[in-house]
Amino acid sequence: MPEITRDEVAHLANLARIDLSDAELDQLAPQLSVILESVASISGVAGDDVPPTSHALPLTNVFREDVNTPCLTPEQALAGAPAVDQQRFSVPRILGEEA
Amino acid sequence: MTETLVAFDDVLASYDPAMGLEVHVELNTRSKMFCGCPTEFGAEPNTQVCPTCLGLPGAMPVVNGKAVEAAIRIGLALNCEIAEWCRFARKNYFYPDMPKNFQTSQYDEPIAFEGYMDVTVPTEEGDGETFRVEIERAHMEEDTGKSLHVGGATGRIHGADHSLVDYNRAGIPLIEIVTKPIVGAGEKAPLVARAYVAQLRDLIIALGVSDARMDQGSIRADVNLSLSPKGSGTLGTRTETKNVNSLRSVERAVRYEMSRHAGVLDAGRSILQETRHWHEDTGVTTSGREKSDAEDYRYFPEPDLVPVAPTRAWVEELRTTLPENPTQKRARLQAEWGFSDLEMRDTVGAGALLIVEETISAGASPQAARKWWLGEMARRANEAGVEVGELGVTPVDVARVQVLVDEGKLNDKLARQVLDGLLAGEGSPDEIVAARGLAIVSDEGALSAAVDNAIAANPDVADKIRDGKVAAAGALIGAVMKEMRGQADAARVRELILEKLN
Ligand SMILES: [Zn+2]
Repeated sequence: MPEITRDEVAHLANLARIDLSDAELDQLAPQLSVILESVASISGVAGDDVPPTSHALPLTNVFREDVNTPCLTPEQALAGAPAVDQQRFSVPRILGEEA
Repeated sequence: MTETLVAFDDVLASYDPAMGLEVHVELNTRSKMFCGCPTEFGAEPNTQVCPTCLGLPGAMPVVNGKAVEAAIRIGLALNCEIAEWCRFARKNYFYPDMPKNFQTSQYDEPIAFEGYMDVTVPTEEGDGETFRVEIERAHMEEDTGKSLHVGGATGRIHGADHSLVDYNRAGIPLIEIVTKPIVGAGEKAPLVARAYVAQLRDLIIALGVSDARMDQGSIRADVNLSLSPKGSGTLGTRTETKNVNSLRSVERAVRYEMSRHAGVLDAGRSILQETRHWHEDTGVTTSGREKSDAEDYRYFPEPDLVPVAPTRAWVEELRTTLPENPTQKRARLQAEWGFSDLEMRDTVGAGALLIVEETISAGASPQAARKWWLGEMARRANEAGVEVGELGVTPVDVARVQVLVDEGKLNDKLARQVLDGLLAGEGSPDEIVAARGLAIVSDEGALSAAVDNAIAANPDVADKIRDGKVAAAGALIGAVMKEMRGQADAARVRELILEKLN
């Protein structure tokens, strides 16, 4: 597994909207490399005949019936919101798509 | 920034257009894609949410089987292959319209792929021309929440101070249908785009899997467009225009972007690959967010959901539930309704086939249904710049108006006033008749008195009728209708006049 570069960490931080200082990038890049290398040791165990899996159980087609179940109340739903306005989650201005 | 727009014919002289259409269909399941929250449109904000669709820690999604069924049926109706095995994927991004910070979608394993739809484009001669639109994929995903941008100079996103988010819509099942690049349409490109979305909408309605209301956003189209030098056979840089939410806008957006691209290219500049926003009121697009690193969604297979592996038996069972093939259906309906070839072609050409069919099922005669939708309603839709189906008047309303006419409770003039009421959102036809006092006066006494007055006031005309010149009755009918303020049955008035003068 190639080392994760400082530039890649900067790119990921930007995607995740996390503002990292140069000092933090210098510190985090090697740390992330170590973590990835540890996880990558799994690929040493799997042979070529073992495809990557996305789920721990060999299940398919687990479906719900199309029926309604109780919702949260708006008060419950908004309880953890940092700011609420007009029964909606109030968030800082974003540069993005219009909904 | 002022755009230089090139006249449509000049665009075609120098460039070949290529289009790609991405249509999102919101399914009409009772519950959301991965949780049991209701999906009703227009509910109070944040009343249709639960830990799963809010992405609260520990909540686990489970796939709605009905939504998978709808996805397979849409895929089959679009002549697609259905995947033997496919997964959901997380599309990671950081806008507040998804509380989870990712949208559960499908990435390189769509449930349906490699299909096509044959669309009929109207021609000047009247008979349509068929154009095959290749379908790249149809995949399952979930809708996002709705943001209200407040504060700032204009209230629009660039000036917004903050956004207020309602997650009722987050998690509603969506099927995204993506075409392959549509090339070779030339001058017909705008019409092909519109006809494709129109036919896709009709197909979705026939499948019964969505409300298919473009005005409510249950069908939404993104229009990709690029130009390449004429005859080069290459693909140019594309733009993606969002918010295109009516059939007419699909056509206009393609036309506008063709003219705008040509203006940029003619000036020796290059097209920026970007998202553009469509403005219905002004008919232009404006630059949205430039897509650079935002395109990096870091997709990975969704670990909380198991793969979907539709058995071939299930797929074949669903195939038997598909609506009949559109060509066969047209032939059948034409025979049932007794329409001439011309009448049928006009109905199809006006995009009114489905709506006429529904009006007939709701109780109107085929000729009456055709007359309303291709006449009065088409005229009003044209005035409003929308499709007949987008006027907000339902087939059931129109059928009811016709029934009232058939029962002698309304004449054509009064019926048109009921339509005014329907367009103004004043309620059902019966409510409008009552509220506006439009019913024909069936009081024979009042009618008889009005006829007597008309005869007395027009002795010359009355004499002509007595002499057998029945055609002269028109003048007396006119006088009676005037006195009755139009609220009389003209046929009954005529009968009364002839009875009294013979
Ligand atoms: Zn939910």
